[in-house]
Amino acid sequence: MSEILSLTIAQALEKMKAGDLSSVELTEAYLSAIEAANETFNAYITVTADKARDMAKASDARRASGSVGALEGVPLGIKDLFGTKGVHTQACSHILDAFKPQYESTVTQNLWNDGAVMLGKLNMDEFAMGSSNETSYYGPVKNPWREVGSNTALVPGGSSGGSASAVAAMLCAGATATDTGGSIRQPAAFTGTVGIKPTYGRCSRWGIAAFASSLDQAGPIARDVRDAAILLKSMASIDEKDTTSVDKPVPDYEAAIGKSVKGMKIGVPKEYRVDDMPDEIEALWQQGIEWYRDAGAEIVDISLPHTKYALPAYYIVAPAEASSNLARYDGVRYGLRKAGDDIVDMYEKTRSAGFGDEVQRRVLIGTYVLSSGYYDAYYLRAQKIRTLIKRDFETVFAQGIDAILTPATPSSAFAIGDAEMAADPVKMYLNDIFTVTVNMAGLPGIAVPAGLDNKGLPLALQLIGRPFEEETLFQASHVIEQAAGRFTPEKWW
Amino acid sequence: MSVDVETVKRVAKLARIAVDDEKAQRMQGELNTILGFVEQLNEVDVEGVEPMTSVVETTMKKRVDAVTDGNIVDAVTYNAPATEDGFFMVPKVIE
Repeated sequence: MSEILSLTIAQALEKMKAGDLSSVELTEAYLSAIEAANETFNAYITVTADKARDMAKASDARRASGSVGALEGVPLGIKDLFGTKGVHTQACSHILDAFKPQYESTVTQNLWNDGAVMLGKLNMDEFAMGSSNETSYYGPVKNPWREVGSNTALVPGGSSGGSASAVAAMLCAGATATDTGGSIRQPAAFTGTVGIKPTYGRCSRWGIAAFASSLDQAGPIARDVRDAAILLKSMASIDEKDTTSVDKPVPDYEAAIGKSVKGMKIGVPKEYRVDDMPDEIEALWQQGIEWYRDAGAEIVDISLPHTKYALPAYYIVAPAEASSNLARYDGVRYGLRKAGDDIVDMYEKTRSAGFGDEVQRRVLIGTYVLSSGYYDAYYLRAQKIRTLIKRDFETVFAQGIDAILTPATPSSAFAIGDAEMAADPVKMYLNDIFTVTVNMAGLPGIAVPAGLDNKGLPLALQLIGRPFEEETLFQASHVIEQAAGRFTPEKWW
Repeated sequence: MSVDVETVKRVAKLARIAVDDEKAQRMQGELNTILGFVEQLNEVDVEGVEPMTSVVETTMKKRVDAVTDGNIVDAVTYNAPATEDGFFMVPKVIE
């Protein structure tokens, strides 16, 4: 069975095409693996076994009749942020208790239209606010990776921690995720998986619970670069229901894999060499540069001078948008309601009981920076700085840079319940220092595993691309994958 | 800038989140840590810089001005904690 589970999506599709494997067999293998291991990982908060079996049977029937979608019969896990019709959808928040949407998000509908099978809903930080999956109402997720010689449970990163853990532990063939400041790339980096946040507007946001609307984007977490390309092709679309979905045809991303990077200009930004960066990460970055040199790419030193302001500006823009988006959770139309003396008391008690600490912190920050007298000093200034951050990227792209190479995270995975992070919210926020610039500028970014640190934990490099040039990222990240190899945790569960 | 406990309570009121004294005290420290962190933005010269309104150059799409959806009262109210005859029920607002 473990042989079936270790197949990539591309390999499973080949086997099914050849008639050597059915979707029912593949789906049953994953359901058994989930049953055996989910208690350990807490990656799934709902397993939709009956639905998965029905979808797998229907997929096999379609295949028999000659109708084969791009993901025909492939079992996937879905982050709890995506609306799935009639199925638990709570953004892992208490405030959405028992919510079962009567609609399907565009991204998940695209996957089902291409023949994919839903295994269940995946754990995440509450409303995607977190970098460790510890803010989930459903409890933390364990990373299948552990330090050599240690049993300490590590976080899988966040907010898409369930997605990353499930993919790395082979509890699904691939997973959907979302990224507002690094929530696809940081967990991918922590689990040795591949995660891509596409250009803002590439995937429809319709039916995905909104956190910060100008930053949120959906994308896949996958076992390898090819699988990420296959998944993104299906997830992306032009959607009339999302006015920010861009009218550009979706290219065949997989076709870009294997193309030479000879002559490609890879930018290396000096501002990403931050204080206290572990030597191992610096070494990994240098290794990545060498790999590109060996592959015939041109390495160019570049400057993105406003990099250090991206994270603080993000912590104004994102909470401001969140405070507005989360105003809808008031105990009236869905989810939790706590009785109050009058309607305002009901709102206040519901929101106090329903939102966790991190969400409340961000809603309060957002409300404060948007409140009368502070708007110009905080929000307007942050949006101006965002213009400068984007301009930095535009300048280097205008100089002919094709992609930018950086570390993905400032460290490898840390322990669940890390005392320093728990005591200081800003410490946790610093996890996103290399990823958040990409969201602020609306660009595509991919995290690809590139090595292990001296504790035996995976580390990743990030490639940042021009708007809507995800193909370049798949092409270029494949070079890292070819050189570094793939990383799978030793099975201890 | 930093906030005092009274400001925390005022902002919580605006955000419709009930906070007691203990929680307001705790939140005050946490919010000031975050506000201290974003303080560094004041170093940046933003003179003459346009605030970002759209991260990707795009023309706002407009849908056709026609009814394309509706008559789904049951679906709309399906998840509500309290409904009656297709209406959301809330505590009495007017005496």
